[in-house]
Amino acid sequence: MSDTASVLAVTVPESKRSVVRRQAEHLPGDDRFALVDKHLKRVHFAQDQLIETLHVAQDVFGSLSDEVLLHVARALRLPPSMVYGVATFYHLFSFEPPGDHSCTVCTGTACFVKGADDIVSGVAKAHGVRAGETTGDGRLTLKTARCLGSCGLAPVVVIDGEVLGHQSPQVAVDRLDAILSADAPQAAGLGSVVVGGGA
Amino acid sequence: MATPIDLHEVTEREREAQFRTPLRVKVCNSTSCASAGSGAVLQAVRELAEGEFGNTVAVSQTGCMGLCSGGPLMRVEQRGGGQHDYHIVTPISAERIVRNHADHGTPTAEHLLDTSMPFFARQQRIVLANGGVIDPDRVESYVAHGGYAALAKALTSMTPDEVLDQVRLSRIRGRGGAGYPTANKWALLAAAPGPVKYVVANGDEGDPGAFMDRTIMEDDPHRLLEGIALAAYATGAHRAYIYVRAEYPRAVERLDRAIKVARRNRLLGRRILETDFDLDIEIRIGAGAFVCGEETALLASIEGRRGTPKLRPPYPTERGLFGAPTMINNVETLANIASIVANGGDWFASIGTEGSTGTKVFALAGDIVNTGLIEVPMGTTLRDIVEEIGGGIADGHTFKAAQTGGPSGGCIPARYLDTAVDYDSLRALGSIMGSGGLIVMDDRKRMPDVAKYFMEFSRDESCGKCVPCRTGTVQMHHLLDKIASGNGGRRDLRDLEHLCAVVRDTSLCGLGQTAPNPVLSTLQYFRAEYDALIGATEVSDA
Amino acid sequence: MPERPTTVAIAIDGVDVEAYQGETVLQCARRHQVDIPSLCFLEGVSTMGGCRLCVVEVAEDPRLRPACATTVAADMEVTTESPRLRSYRRSIIELLFAEGNHVCAVCVSNGSCELQDIAVRCGMDHVRYELRSPRRHVDASHPKYVFDPNRCILCTRCVRVCAEVEGAHVWDVAHRGHGAELVTELHQPWGEATSCTWCGKCVAACPTGALSHQGSAVGEMRHAPNMITWLVAARQRGEWTEPEARR
Repeated sequence: MSDTASVLAVTVPESKRSVVRRQAEHLPGDDRFALVDKHLKRVHFAQDQLIETLHVAQDVFGSLSDEVLLHVARALRLPPSMVYGVATFYHLFSFEPPGDHSCTVCTGTACFVKGADDIVSGVAKAHGVRAGETTGDGRLTLKTARCLGSCGLAPVVVIDGEVLGHQSPQVAVDRLDAILSADAPQAAGLGSVVVGGGA
Repeated sequence: MATPIDLHEVTEREREAQFRTPLRVKVCNSTSCASAGSGAVLQAVRELAEGEFGNTVAVSQTGCMGLCSGGPLMRVEQRGGGQHDYHIVTPISAERIVRNHADHGTPTAEHLLDTSMPFFARQQRIVLANGGVIDPDRVESYVAHGGYAALAKALTSMTPDEVLDQVRLSRIRGRGGAGYPTANKWALLAAAPGPVKYVVANGDEGDPGAFMDRTIMEDDPHRLLEGIALAAYATGAHRAYIYVRAEYPRAVERLDRAIKVARRNRLLGRRILETDFDLDIEIRIGAGAFVCGEETALLASIEGRRGTPKLRPPYPTERGLFGAPTMINNVETLANIASIVANGGDWFASIGTEGSTGTKVFALAGDIVNTGLIEVPMGTTLRDIVEEIGGGIADGHTFKAAQTGGPSGGCIPARYLDTAVDYDSLRALGSIMGSGGLIVMDDRKRMPDVAKYFMEFSRDESCGKCVPCRTGTVQMHHLLDKIASGNGGRRDLRDLEHLCAVVRDTSLCGLGQTAPNPVLSTLQYFRAEYDALIGATEVSDA
Repeated sequence: MPERPTTVAIAIDGVDVEAYQGETVLQCARRHQVDIPSLCFLEGVSTMGGCRLCVVEVAEDPRLRPACATTVAADMEVTTESPRLRSYRRSIIELLFAEGNHVCAVCVSNGSCELQDIAVRCGMDHVRYELRSPRRHVDASHPKYVFDPNRCILCTRCVRVCAEVEGAHVWDVAHRGHGAELVTELHQPWGEATSCTWCGKCVAACPTGALSHQGSAVGEMRHAPNMITWLVAARQRGEWTEPEARR
């Protein structure tokens, strides 16, 4: 049954298409590529430097787009499929631009024992986002981590790089609300007031 | 051009400097205390010292003092003896404490830590000896406390074989989990044909709940470098790698700095300490994959490839990194080597038990009063660790189980609390030593949930190369979920047990082979909990 | 003329046989018409050891050994069939069926599928495990071939053949664990992969219906993994044997 359905669904993933190839020659003047190239030169374009190069590229670009992956593949003279395979193997590489703010919940054993699951689901519910994803408005990325090694402070949440110990779902959600409202886009805030007033 | 460090002169200079300041304040600035706010404490004390007290108070950061649940921790040392440790300090209380010491020479009762409590008194620190003592960013500080003396001794007065002999005499076993005799690995690499061979330090500490390797790398980086240098000297390697989890940016930063300083002082690089021995160490950073703790997967990752394990044989000591003979040692193992060479293998073998010598660092966490890092002789009983050192179960609950070995280990019930903890006793109980994470669980924890948690971990961390691990962990997790939520029947439990055997016996690497352990051990000791959960659906299942 | 390889005596299922020094238990068994099942092994390309179907018992070794990666040794006693091995193999096959969408009745490779053959041999009449029924897109963008990931078992024969024999490395495995999947280049449609030479070796090597020729109807697809073995012998050793017929 499912097999028949899949045979009929002969499609191509929408996001792919041939944009990749056209974008391979990136815009001149984008000096972010120069930063990646600087690293590549420093390591003499050694193929075993693929993971280090991807780290550098992610630091520079925020995430790894097809364009960046192809750039790295060409520079190291590696097959694109291999670069894609390596990049997607490791948990820390991401392919979507990160949100303005990040919330990482540690799900190591000590944090699990102290209720980390409830924090993940609490934040997920409050912000309508699943672990590993970014909210629709691009404001918040919710992530989980495999033990940050601060087990004495369990359960631990990292918000925008700041490690916070002894958390609870409510404390974490409140903290995020405060951070998100502090730099909420002005236009959206005003807009909602106007709509509210009009109704 | 780098100039060789004069170890003796540096030590003298450090001692003199110590003698000049009447008061020395050390603030623990390891990850856990930093998360608890030690940075602000350090800054406040520094400002106070620089402003008001001129040169009479020396302030420095130091590495992990162990009691993470009491962070931030601060130590005050007075000239001519007298040392006081304080816990849960704030910038304001820290100022008050320092003032009392400086002005009146008296400790402050508030925040004062009783260092005669079992948490401190029962420990024996070899690997963590420098925690609370040295400033990890200063090689001089490490040298003044005996650092690099073992390397100097080895390079100037011992042959590589003699170094290996001391390691053999120490009978140290790998601290990464399986407990393979370290000297056997070294001997294999030493015997491998040169000239290119590699030593790799495995700092991919992936077990959730274990952070001893991170602490060593962050708080005593030169101890690791010295251990690597001794390993390389004994085995004839001239190039080494340290593979560090990307989740440990602070460790990467500190190691990077330590390597640069060591090169500048001719403790690394060409002609180390003016001998004929050359060694260079490079850091490689992981990118988030638990399976890279497995030797062959780790090597694949250093080579810039997917971290999938390879079939063994050939073993890495025959054909490893870039095809050359390679030896992979755990960070904690290497951190023991300098002490073994300095004090002799016999000294090390006199600590611990017959089959498991030396000490072991444990990361104590979970439902326990004192959480943090402890180092105890092998053979210390689980009861001593939990009740004495750990201070017992928090919040008036009772002990239910101790989990060791992370997702590859098992849960040990209360009736085995008097077990002397070593490699063999834990294995006999269906668990493993692992890297030393020890998570204590109280009577509120349901064991099928714990098993499910670890199975989810193994499922998500499986590399996907071999079928039993990739697909078996998915099905085992599904069955555990069904059972834990009360929707499972007797047949589900039977299928689960059968899958445990399939995955354990047919998987390619250690991750898959040990993934069923949390299920098997909870079934062994807490079967009644599973039976109670499937009881409800037993009738419909039949 | 190459020298005759030195031989050692080993026992397979209680029968003494002659083994060549350096060959694997799997190679030796197959030379002696003992068929140890395997889905990832393909003579001519590197050994992956991932399907674990070829595990065998070796006397005095408590652990099971993959026959594809275990080199023969003098006086080795190998058991290729036992109740335990049969039970494990059947479970592994069931796990594969539960993982993908393997419905023989509508498959292009029905009747010419190694997964199907082994399932029949193991006596698999039903799957005990939960069918994951993943939703995976069929890639029919290539003018000559079709990739149906629903039928892929991640044996990586295609990856190895393309990288090691053809040299193009169009294919690789992306992601990991239960999310692992085969991709062409940067996960683009196969038809847009400029590195593909259209040689068809991946299709020839595939043990299931995952890779097939465009336009194949149910049961029409015939794979030819032995062509790879033949080709490698010719290319690397200069030995042209008679190519075996398509299965």
